[in-house]
Amino acid sequence: MNHVDPMRAPLKNARGLGSARHGTHHFIIQRITAIALLVLVIYFVALLVSLAGSDYASARAAVAHPVNAILLIAFLIAMFWHGQLGMQVVIEDYVHPPGKAMVFQVVVIFVCVLAAVASIFAVVRIALGA
Amino acid sequence: MSWLNLHFQRIQRSSRASALRPSLGAKNVREFRVYRWSPDDGANPRIDTYEVDLATCGPMVLDALIKIKNEIDPTLTFRRSCREGICGSCAMNIDGTNTLACTKAIEDCSKGDVPIYPLPHMSVVKDLVPDMTHFYAQYASIKPWLRTQSAAPPKERLQSKPDRAKLDGLYECILCACCSTACPSYWWNGDRYLGPAILLQAYRWIVDSRDEDTGERLDALEDPFRLYRCHTIMNCTRTCPKGLNPAKAIAEIKKLMVERRA
Repeated sequence: MNHVDPMRAPLKNARGLGSARHGTHHFIIQRITAIALLVLVIYFVALLVSLAGSDYASARAAVAHPVNAILLIAFLIAMFWHGQLGMQVVIEDYVHPPGKAMVFQVVVIFVCVLAAVASIFAVVRIALGA
Repeated sequence: MSWLNLHFQRIQRSSRASALRPSLGAKNVREFRVYRWSPDDGANPRIDTYEVDLATCGPMVLDALIKIKNEIDPTLTFRRSCREGICGSCAMNIDGTNTLACTKAIEDCSKGDVPIYPLPHMSVVKDLVPDMTHFYAQYASIKPWLRTQSAAPPKERLQSKPDRAKLDGLYECILCACCSTACPSYWWNGDRYLGPAILLQAYRWIVDSRDEDTGERLDALEDPFRLYRCHTIMNCTRTCPKGLNPAKAIAEIKKLMVERRA
């Protein structure tokens, strides 16, 4: 119990800053990306297995194939989005000082977005034959 | 968890010294290891071990506690009232599980001594008495009464049998706090997370067909901390001494949150 001040009326502590009136959007997106990943992770692992032992040129050609490129980009978006949502919950659970929590949240968003942009850019570059 | 074990061992070491024995000749003796702490003496918490002759004791853990208080150690402090599982006063952690001392049979405890602690992660007032202030304030915060806009009917507010049936499994909650204090999410964020008991009570009013403030109730719960700290750990349902399912009630609230957006 972190913000329970015994000098204040108990109801003041319980009501706090009131309801944020959001959280359901997070709940929904977390589940939608989870469902997408259920399929996309299987696809991604199958792709990796099928590429095992192949040389650079043929692996590159496989990634450049439109179906693979599109599914890979979908996988990357779902994964990094889901990862950010999950990390957000972990930080909310365990990081209690408000300033520290906010810094962590922003860092996680930056890292996830940057990693997503970089990896999608890589797939696009290969797919468009740069 | 190593710090916890360390703390635990330190408590255990002091326990044997204060073992209190029943009269010689007792055959069916059971040891009860009880958490003790007083705000008055400045001492650290300790475990006192009491030996109770079950031949002269009632069947429930509460019977043993009352016998200890009456015959061995009058300083032992705990709450109890109805002794039949309807008031929720004697909620405590017995044999590793939150439950009611009055409905927990001694013979249902695992073999050996019976450890008894106050409800986990609550401030302790004394011995087995936890501070319920914040828990009750959280209950008050959900406005647990029938809220309506339309004028009161001349007689009672009618409710169909199927609508009444929706309250089964909810109205039986006695607010003993066993579930909330078994929930890790409530341990870490209990200042803002309402916890399973209060959310089950909130759902009890949300599904009540006579209540007209359903939307406002959902508004008040839609919060990353108040509601969405529930990670379906299920300790609440596992520990409920009344056999209720707070986790399901919380899931139903989440379903309504989604439903009203669709």
